[in-house]
Amino acid sequence: MINLTVNGKSHAITADPDTPLLYVLRNELALNGAKFGCGMGQCGACTVIVGGKAVFSCLVPLAAVGDRPVTTIEGLGSKERPNPLQAAFIEHQAVQCGYCIAGMIMRAQALLNVDPHPNEATLRSHMEPNLCRCGTHMRILRAIRAVAQASP
Amino acid sequence: MRSDARCWARPQHACSALPSWLSFSNRTMKSRLLRYSAIGAALLGVFAVAMMWRPPIAAEASPRVARDPDTMARGARVVAQGDCIVCHTAQGGSSYAGGLALKTPFGAIYSTNITPDPRTGIGQWTAAAFRRALRNGVSRDGHWLYPAFPYVHYTRMSDTDIADAYAYLMSRPAVYAPAKKNGLPLVFRFRPSLAFWDLLYLRSGANARDMDPVARGRYLAEGAGHCSSCHTPLDLIGGERRSHAYDGSVLDGWRAPALNTLLSASVPWTRSELIAYFSTGLGPHHGAAAGPMQPVVENMAKLPTVDLAAIADYLLSIQKQPVRSSQAASAPDQRRTTEGDARGERIFAGACGSCHESTAPMTNMSDRPSLGLSTAVNADDPRDTVQVILGGIPWPQEPSQALYMPPFEDVLSDPDIADLAQYLRTRFADKENWTDLANTIAAVHESRRAP
Repeated sequence: MINLTVNGKSHAITADPDTPLLYVLRNELALNGAKFGCGMGQCGACTVIVGGKAVFSCLVPLAAVGDRPVTTIEGLGSKERPNPLQAAFIEHQAVQCGYCIAGMIMRAQALLNVDPHPNEATLRSHMEPNLCRCGTHMRILRAIRAVAQASP
Repeated sequence: MRSDARCWARPQHACSALPSWLSFSNRTMKSRLLRYSAIGAALLGVFAVAMMWRPPIAAEASPRVARDPDTMARGARVVAQGDCIVCHTAQGGSSYAGGLALKTPFGAIYSTNITPDPRTGIGQWTAAAFRRALRNGVSRDGHWLYPAFPYVHYTRMSDTDIADAYAYLMSRPAVYAPAKKNGLPLVFRFRPSLAFWDLLYLRSGANARDMDPVARGRYLAEGAGHCSSCHTPLDLIGGERRSHAYDGSVLDGWRAPALNTLLSASVPWTRSELIAYFSTGLGPHHGAAAGPMQPVVENMAKLPTVDLAAIADYLLSIQKQPVRSSQAASAPDQRRTTEGDARGERIFAGACGSCHESTAPMTNMSDRPSLGLSTAVNADDPRDTVQVILGGIPWPQEPSQALYMPPFEDVLSDPDIADLAQYLRTRFADKENWTDLANTIAAVHESRRAP
């Protein structure tokens, strides 16, 4: 049994300690925002925040999480009350098929949490690991910039 | 010896052990000696100034540069042989505009702008000034260049190759990029003292005569390619220890493996595998180029196969007798299964297995070796394994080489990484356990920080 804190709530997890975090989130906790894309840390669809850092949850063994808190897209806002980043993604129509978007938002949120006004070079290199096969990267960057500009 | 030492400590007249010709009791002798030492000091001063002073070579607003396609093609090849772009391009910066920090044991040295920008680059350099820089390590204006710039190797290049490289670099887009300030302590900032370093380590002059394949490979490896700049250990003042040529070294927190024990690997390197490695970054029986070697092979991939084959031939000609270590046989006894192994196994299964487990599709496609053949996992020094776990292998600049590994720096704690590394060593390599992993991991973290 391993204790896991996700979106502020503590859970007792019975899965094997070598299970990747993504499977625990989706299969045990029914948090289906993070997606399985490649399973090899190449696409970023599974990105969540662990201990303040954006990580590929498909490559994080449950045993490696330790006592670090996990935040998934479900922890940011709801359909009714999206957080500023989610609202900006909607406003800038950054979503096409949507498969990569939860990962994109979580990676961007991890940056804005520590650097609310990133410069363009920082923003681009931070977002580089996450891919959008529909090619909406320009709109995604625009949405993140909008949040950065609006924040105090 | 001891009685002399005592003598020097006493008043001179009381020192009976001094030979008479050294006695200072005679006034004329004393003044003559003073005069000689003054002349000696003056001569030494003149000599030192002459040694440490190099004249500027006049700038030219628009120096004559060949621009024909043949020269361009030859120049591009020489510049790729010399890996110029690797050090003279900052991360995300313009090609050849400099600004990359080279983290030397003496402090950070920033590469400079070698685009033809007239103010901050080499736009006003003549071919002669460029040749002097490569042959003698002296800049156009006469200031000494630090040996982080491998002129001790470039000096071996032929006049023609240097001229072609000059023409090619002068044809690149000019970028305004002033030199960054080096992070060297005061004692190393007095550049003329490099004259004495050069006296020790610089044997200037081309080496481009007889050109059978091995000699041609030697010319490329020792000259433009400057392989031994990284693959030979350095002494205390940053000179290559030629008696240990190609024995391997450590730089930028990475281990540059020995190049003269290629036949001692569990699968010995062959000519064709070396050529494949140079042109794709992947040795099917040894692993992928990573760290400082990654941009080098991206650059080598631009060279014609005949050059890569020559370098391979040369490297194979300098091999030591392969050591089939008796260790390998006794290794299982020396390997200890540690408590961490169970934890390492769990980490491996969850974080690495999807690509590196023997059943993973990744290990069954396109020549990707098992970790058991990996040079890094088989090395005595765990540094490169730790480097790759922490930083992964970044996406290459050249899209043709799709080698990639995600970084685990933000995923795994240091104890996790130590357990994982030891597990890899135990399970995949036929070698004794690594020791002191905690310190290696700390050192690698340190090396990954910006200067």
